[in-house]
Amino acid sequence: MAMIEIKDIHKWYGDFHVLKNVNESIEKGEVLVICGPSGSGKSTFIRCINRLEEIQKGEILLEGRNIYDKGVDVNELRTEVGMVFQQFNLYPHLTVLQNVTLAPIKVRKMPKSQAESIAMELLARVGIHDQAKKFPVELSGGQQQRVAIARALAMKPKVMLFDEPTSALDPEMINEVLNAMKDLARDGMTMLCVTHEMGFAREVADRVIFMDGGAIVEEGTPEHFFTNPQHERTKAFLKEIL
Amino acid sequence: MQWDVVATNFDYLLFGAYPEGPLGGLAMTILMALGSIFGAFWVGLVVGLMRLSPRAWLKWPAMVYIEIIRGVPLIMLILWFYFLFPILIGKTLPAIQSAMVTLVVFTSAYIAEIVRAGVQALPKGQMEASRATGLSKMQAMIYVILPQALRNMIPSFVNQFVSVTKDTSLVYVLGVTELTRAAVQVNNRTLSAPMELYMTILVMYFVICYVLTSYSRTLERKMARYQARG
Ligand SMILES: Nc1ncnc2c1ncn2[C@@H]1O[C@H](COP(=O)(O)OP(=O)(O)OP(=O)(O)O)[C@@H](O)[C@H]1O
Ligand SMILES: [Mg+2]
Repeated sequence: MAMIEIKDIHKWYGDFHVLKNVNESIEKGEVLVICGPSGSGKSTFIRCINRLEEIQKGEILLEGRNIYDKGVDVNELRTEVGMVFQQFNLYPHLTVLQNVTLAPIKVRKMPKSQAESIAMELLARVGIHDQAKKFPVELSGGQQQRVAIARALAMKPKVMLFDEPTSALDPEMINEVLNAMKDLARDGMTMLCVTHEMGFAREVADRVIFMDGGAIVEEGTPEHFFTNPQHERTKAFLKEIL
Repeated sequence: MQWDVVATNFDYLLFGAYPEGPLGGLAMTILMALGSIFGAFWVGLVVGLMRLSPRAWLKWPAMVYIEIIRGVPLIMLILWFYFLFPILIGKTLPAIQSAMVTLVVFTSAYIAEIVRAGVQALPKGQMEASRATGLSKMQAMIYVILPQALRNMIPSFVNQFVSVTKDTSLVYVLGVTELTRAAVQVNNRTLSAPMELYMTILVMYFVICYVLTSYSRTLERKMARYQARG
């Protein structure tokens, strides 16, 4: 059984057809990179997987369970699907440690001490355990994004969604975030990453998909994708970003 | 000029007949303002959050409440509550209680709008990030949104406190012995120094409001540094 099964999904914003018949199947441990021009629906697509956006047609199955079923508890679903945003979205009034422990304590009802020791492990894993007592404003962009990754991991999700996690970063900070993501990929996390970091795609992606106008135009292994793209729009896009 | 009238009655202007009789004067004004802002904070918080709800049955009553109250003069509300409340509940409410209810209701409509604006001013990503980790909407409000929004609202709350301090002077029509009525009473008794008396209370109102307004400006400047970006 696939980790995530996406079947014929459609989404409209009013009259505007943002997602047009998207199909995809992601295995456990697979890393999928999604690229495409601005406005092609990449963010909308991955945001449907944790129901930050609702689809109007089709289904999405997480480990065989339809996440749009009436009986599904959205909050519980979201504990299984972590998300990292372009703008980090850390809570500025809480310390780094509190940012990571908030959801485990409030949602999982975990004792504070246990949540903190898990948080410290995760912060160590992304290389910022020595900043735990600081507030987000005191950290660099790259450090903030690594905290955001730790915050998402704290709920022990089965899948991680990344929406352009390095696009808001200064160039010299991109690698520290990509390294944290590569590390995660090597540990077997199932990941969907919207990114234009093609080096990352080459190195860790199992598949790359190219979206345009709300549909998947082309997909394949990174090897296929970079050396032998079939579609004209893919070629034009690759030429622009490589 | 007869400042001695002010001097001999200064106690009365500050504390009313207290401690021999009931409290009044400036102390009463400040107590009423504090009580009103405290009550109005909680009512306004609830109404403001209802106003933000996507659910019509929560949102519409809140909108109607806010619009009606902001659309009528306070003095009308004061008179309406004083004369209508007895009809509704079947017994007369003491003037001071009626005045307090009115001030709380009136101020809460403005606080509700402050709360709404404060919550909406936060970046959308804050709510999204909290919901994405599995927090319910209520939990996200309590632990992520409100702690930030309320802190950003402090200057507006101080300004609202200044308004309500001035507004308390209107309840003198009900016979509550706050600062304005205390001055009227002294004047009626002495009849010789209206200018000096009203000048004195004017300065008292001004000093309180000016100090608070300057404080709120300082706070605003300080807080601009700690807001969520993005
Ligand atoms: N809430 C919304 N209401 C209406 N239209 C929207 C909304 N959100 C996104 N859109 C539109 O849907 C389309 C897809 O948006 P989306 O954010 O998914 O694109 P994207 O591929 O992530 O682009 P980018 O690379 O700029 O992030 C865009 O044309 C956008 O204008
Ligand atoms: Mg996007």
